[in-house]
Amino acid sequence: MPGKLKAKIVAGRHLPVMDRASDLTDAFVEVKFGNTTFKTDVCPKSLNPQWNSEWFKFEVDDEDLQDEPLQITVLDHDTYSANDAIGKVYIDIDPLLCSEAATVISGWFPIYDTIHGIRGEINVLVKVDLFNDLNRFRQSSCGVKFFCTMSIPRCFRAMVIHGFVEELVVNEDPEYQWIDRIRTPRASNEARQRLISLMSGELQRKIGLKVLEMGGNAVVGYLQCFDLEGESGLVVRAIGTACTLDKISSTCPAAVVPNLSNSSPSKDMKDSLQAVPSTLGCRSTHSSPVHSASSRLSQGFSVSVPTLLFAGMGSGGSAGKEAGPLKALLRQQTQSALEQREFPFFTLTGFPVGFLLHVGGVVSARSVKLLDRIHNPDEPETRDAWWEEIRQEIKSHAKALGCHAVVGYSESTSICEEVCILSASGTAAILSSRFMQDGALDTEHRFEDTAPPACGFCHIPYDELNMPFPAQLTYCHCCRRHKVPDVLFTTIDVPTEASITGKGCLIQARLCRTKKKAQGEGNATAISNLLPFLEYELHTQLLNKLKLRGMNALFGLRVQISVGDTMLLGLASATGVYLTALPSPGGIQIAGKTPSDLTYEQHVSNMQKKINDTIAKNKELYEISPPEWVEEVIGSPIPESRQRSRIFRSHSESSDEVLELDLSHGKKDAFVLEIDDTDAIEDIHSLLTDAPTPPGFYSCNTEIMPGIYNWTSSLQMFTSVRVFRLSNANLTNQGLNKIFNDLCENLLKSLYFKLRSMVPCCLCHVNFIVAVPEDELIQVAVTAVAMSLDKDQTQENGRQSGDKTLMKAITENEEQLQFPLELSAECPSNPLSSAKGLSEVSGPLPSARAPSVDHSSFTDRCSSWIEQIRLKAHTIRRGSIKTTSSLEKSSPLPDSRSRSLRSNRSCPSSSVAVVKMTPLSFLPGTKIIKYLGIINMFFIRETTSLREEGGVSGFLHSFIAEVFAMVRAHVAALGGNAVVSYSMKECVFMENPNKNQAQCLINVSGDAVIFIRESELEATPSQTQSGNVQTSSNGEGT
Amino acid sequence: MLLVVNTAAVVKMSVELDVFVGNTTIMDKEVYQLWLNGYTVSDAVKVRMEGGVMEECEASADVLLSDTMDQFRTFQMCERLLQNPAKLANQLLFQIPPDRQAMLIERYYAFDDAFVREVLGKKLSKGTKKDLDDVSAKTGITLKSCRRQFDNFKRVFKVVEELKGPLVENIKQHFLLPDPLARDYAAIVFFANNRFETGKKKLQYLTFHDFAFCAGQLINNWTVGAVDNMVEDMDVDLDKEFLQDLKDLKILIADKDLLDQHKSLVCVALRGKTKVFNEMEANFKNLSRGLVNIAAKLTNPKDVRDFFIDLIEKFIEPCRSDRWTATDVNLYLTHYTNSAHILDSFKHQTVWTRYMGVIKSCILRMYHE
Repeated sequence: MPGKLKAKIVAGRHLPVMDRASDLTDAFVEVKFGNTTFKTDVCPKSLNPQWNSEWFKFEVDDEDLQDEPLQITVLDHDTYSANDAIGKVYIDIDPLLCSEAATVISGWFPIYDTIHGIRGEINVLVKVDLFNDLNRFRQSSCGVKFFCTMSIPRCFRAMVIHGFVEELVVNEDPEYQWIDRIRTPRASNEARQRLISLMSGELQRKIGLKVLEMGGNAVVGYLQCFDLEGESGLVVRAIGTACTLDKISSTCPAAVVPNLSNSSPSKDMKDSLQAVPSTLGCRSTHSSPVHSASSRLSQGFSVSVPTLLFAGMGSGGSAGKEAGPLKALLRQQTQSALEQREFPFFTLTGFPVGFLLHVGGVVSARSVKLLDRIHNPDEPETRDAWWEEIRQEIKSHAKALGCHAVVGYSESTSICEEVCILSASGTAAILSSRFMQDGALDTEHRFEDTAPPACGFCHIPYDELNMPFPAQLTYCHCCRRHKVPDVLFTTIDVPTEASITGKGCLIQARLCRTKKKAQGEGNATAISNLLPFLEYELHTQLLNKLKLRGMNALFGLRVQISVGDTMLLGLASATGVYLTALPSPGGIQIAGKTPSDLTYEQHVSNMQKKINDTIAKNKELYEISPPEWVEEVIGSPIPESRQRSRIFRSHSESSDEVLELDLSHGKKDAFVLEIDDTDAIEDIHSLLTDAPTPPGFYSCNTEIMPGIYNWTSSLQMFTSVRVFRLSNANLTNQGLNKIFNDLCENLLKSLYFKLRSMVPCCLCHVNFIVAVPEDELIQVAVTAVAMSLDKDQTQENGRQSGDKTLMKAITENEEQLQFPLELSAECPSNPLSSAKGLSEVSGPLPSARAPSVDHSSFTDRCSSWIEQIRLKAHTIRRGSIKTTSSLEKSSPLPDSRSRSLRSNRSCPSSSVAVVKMTPLSFLPGTKIIKYLGIINMFFIRETTSLREEGGVSGFLHSFIAEVFAMVRAHVAALGGNAVVSYSMKECVFMENPNKNQAQCLINVSGDAVIFIRESELEATPSQTQSGNVQTSSNGEGT
Repeated sequence: MLLVVNTAAVVKMSVELDVFVGNTTIMDKEVYQLWLNGYTVSDAVKVRMEGGVMEECEASADVLLSDTMDQFRTFQMCERLLQNPAKLANQLLFQIPPDRQAMLIERYYAFDDAFVREVLGKKLSKGTKKDLDDVSAKTGITLKSCRRQFDNFKRVFKVVEELKGPLVENIKQHFLLPDPLARDYAAIVFFANNRFETGKKKLQYLTFHDFAFCAGQLINNWTVGAVDNMVEDMDVDLDKEFLQDLKDLKILIADKDLLDQHKSLVCVALRGKTKVFNEMEANFKNLSRGLVNIAAKLTNPKDVRDFFIDLIEKFIEPCRSDRWTATDVNLYLTHYTNSAHILDSFKHQTVWTRYMGVIKSCILRMYHE
């Protein structure tokens, strides 16, 4: 009996009138946990009842505590007939199970009903007393922290990044059970909400167990999804990255910090090393799993997409390719610790400095499956096997790129009736061993001799002799020693150390393909056959649009394929930037097929001119003016650079072939678009139809926009949903494309218009979700945050942007270099050589590398990382003091901090505390001082009076507003004042206007936090949590 | 409003659903005003287009339409809360900064002078509501807006009608209105409750604010609350006892000596000070009779209703036809009031002061030259 859950029902307000005769309500509350139910007294004839109940106590296993939500049902007492339910509140207890998260849940919760939406509010107090449990075979994983944030959360430091954790649970969907033929949709929707809440609790507990098994204490980048497979069931699955996190110490004085980072982390690491079982991330339950399911597979299909080209595709799975000699070679060379893991995947998109060494490119795999009823929910092997297959594929693609890990990894599905497309994608990468507990094993010694890390991640990880795909390599424009590709596609955020020229922008490739209606296997085959073309075209479009903007790299790439009965939709979103290290992209040249025709030629040259103009305009718009010395390199006679390279190359294993490689790619402007058919013309047209963002606006789908530093703290998170009906059934691919393209463009335009009062501002983390809910319907949902920029600084930026980027690169280099100097006493000479010296020592003897050496280097790096964070915090603050203070006046939002830090609890008269929401992992100008736990909510709303509720738009509008309200209420009840890393995972909308009905499911998640403004942090250091004051005061000192 | 066809691409696609929800509810003041004015979405779009938002932000008509629809929908969803402003502050559905909330409430309860003149003093009943289309046609204010304003009047009336204590404070507290607006509503409630006649042709020249001023005077001086704030009764009804006492003033006209005495006192005081002395002297008895008769009849509810028309017929019109200036009127009323205090046999000084104070300021306000 390891836990006692206590709940108290205080009061209600704004209740609906349940008794028409008296215009009042006789309300009482049922509190249910597991199988135990308590009831309050009836509070007669009041719309604002005061129950002030006793503490209801539930004595439960902590396993149940993790799985079950607390269910609160508000009812109207009826003497003669059955009591009417007013609505429900589900409270996730999980945040109370972590010692460092929330301690009490207390506040007003909206009472929610699937038909009527929010019906008043109820004030509830919840506490948990946990007893220590010494049971070694426990089934619970209380205390494991979960974060949606895709990087190491701000007030923690990563001691060890263990790696990939995944789990899925399946169940029958109540909606499709036979009983639902006779029970009301309301009852079955409530059953669904309850079930999914239960399933996500269970999922989280199981993942937590795996984390504990690996020796971790947290899951970062936790991604949970639902697959509503219809008749075949309901799948809830999650992936994440297991880590051992350490709260950035909150008590020790400044002097102790370096000391601490020298000693304790290594000790911790040793401890964890011992504690961890050797089967890392392995799932013992699935040792003999896979191909029992293969009879069900309609057709396996996979495409890997490193940068933009296909490394391989086929329908037979990946077994054959893996045996290639190339990979055998590579594997020998990169015998890394990571490879011994089942899946060396990381869901993170942002990393501690120095973790990410090299980036290979995007790897992705898709598989088309036919759904079948899940017979035994306790053994979800089929679904597991499907995912395992895909992950293997991803792993092998990464290997083909010479990489041993995949970062920015994510998985998704698209379901249309019985066909399901499973997709996985990530970025092949080579990681440093410093955050891995098994880092003592031989690592990437081939890459240890890297140049300054600022450009290091751009350097190719694969062997240039055996390139997995054709690409043009040049020498890095930063260090001029290593090869870099001409373009780089990744799924991760822009690394903080990357040096970027100019600003970035959101780039989208959109595609629509018609498909014949089909059933079963035939349908799956048709989809499989279409997929590679879709993917290829999406990537071509991305590349064209990238070049059109004069940029050379994509970050945060997310390709979404949605399947409908008669069409396939593809949407690829990414943030384009100009990486200073990569070569300047060549222009786009158009070649006509019949040069004889004069008018045709004129047409071509016209178009060419348009394209050239656009590129020039874009370069100006995004302030892309590469520093002059880069131009020099491009223009300078080749031999010089070649010689330099040879000097460096001579001690690496590749030799003079470099020369030939360089020559073979002599032409820089080799990118030619051939207009050989009408499709191509159409493509070029669509290239040019993308409207530029209106003045004052920037947009990106990454966390922040590279090249912008003057954030203010004014922000607006929003969700916008549009559904379009295609009224003409016989559309061509081109027609469809145009419609889809216009749809997305118009949506963006509307967003810019809506947010015009925030100018200058940047739309960050723009996340599109496309779906084909029905024949002829296209649904697009966007969630993003608009963040205002400081006006004065924008102008300043405009004037001296070139200088700034250069300056930034310089300071960043300095930042990186000074730590070895300061911290590693044994090599006080040139920082560059010292770093190299270290690695050379360990290089030749990788296997023999003593653990102590590694630890010291680890701690060095660790402390240097901390140092850097401190510096960064300092510089950021320095930059933002002015902006925040100036904003304070103009911001219409009241200062929510004092309110939320004070206990505003259970004080019915207090007005509502402001809760900020953002899809980013941080709030500019503020410091997150506490993570209160994960928010993961699932709601269903239905209506049988669609017209009366304002039609589909009115219905969805109020539902989304209700979802926001419920998220905010839960966060406020945990004592928080913001949600970070917020995302809407699912928005499934179905309508039947003829019957006046509609239904919608929404799943949202995020991290509840307490933040304080940085200006306040400095003003009142003694009152705030000392750890943060710690860092800030330190930063001021340096 | 639900299925709006996207006019630009009408051939191939239509927007089935289009929503935008911000964590902080976005509300454009200009669009809010258009909504309050009862415009349809398409009319509002037209107005906005003419206003030049499009050029300013490079937006297309589609974008404007989508934005307008979305905001209209938001306002519609908020309307329920606006009707109970106290709820707006502690509801959870919309996160609206407090200054925005105040703006929303103030504008929602704002009304058109032209409209309020039409319904001022009328019973706020279903019957009146039915006639709103005539009001709409007459004033040029959309029917929708008329209804909103009418419902606001009625809602405020219903809530404060039963409440004890000062009327203005009650309105402020329950509807979170700023002071001037709360005072206007107090006037509207007071007029509706006492059913003062304001629609007669002779009263047409008076603005709402003239009446609101008079209402303020009446509320502050003639209701029970005016003498004793703690009293059980409310501000909306006139002090019955006082009205009864007013009958005693009749002696001023009934007693011939008193009337003459009064007249001579006033004449002495005014001689040489005004150009209309002769007219004043000639009219004194008529004017005095008029004012005292108004006082004496106020116990009768029907005469209460005619209070303002009586003031005009019995006092303002005669003065105006003799071309008195406002200064003349002021001078006359001051001395008329003060002289009565000197009359030895006149015992009702307190009532007289309470009565004439209001009468004087009302007449002065209503006396447009």
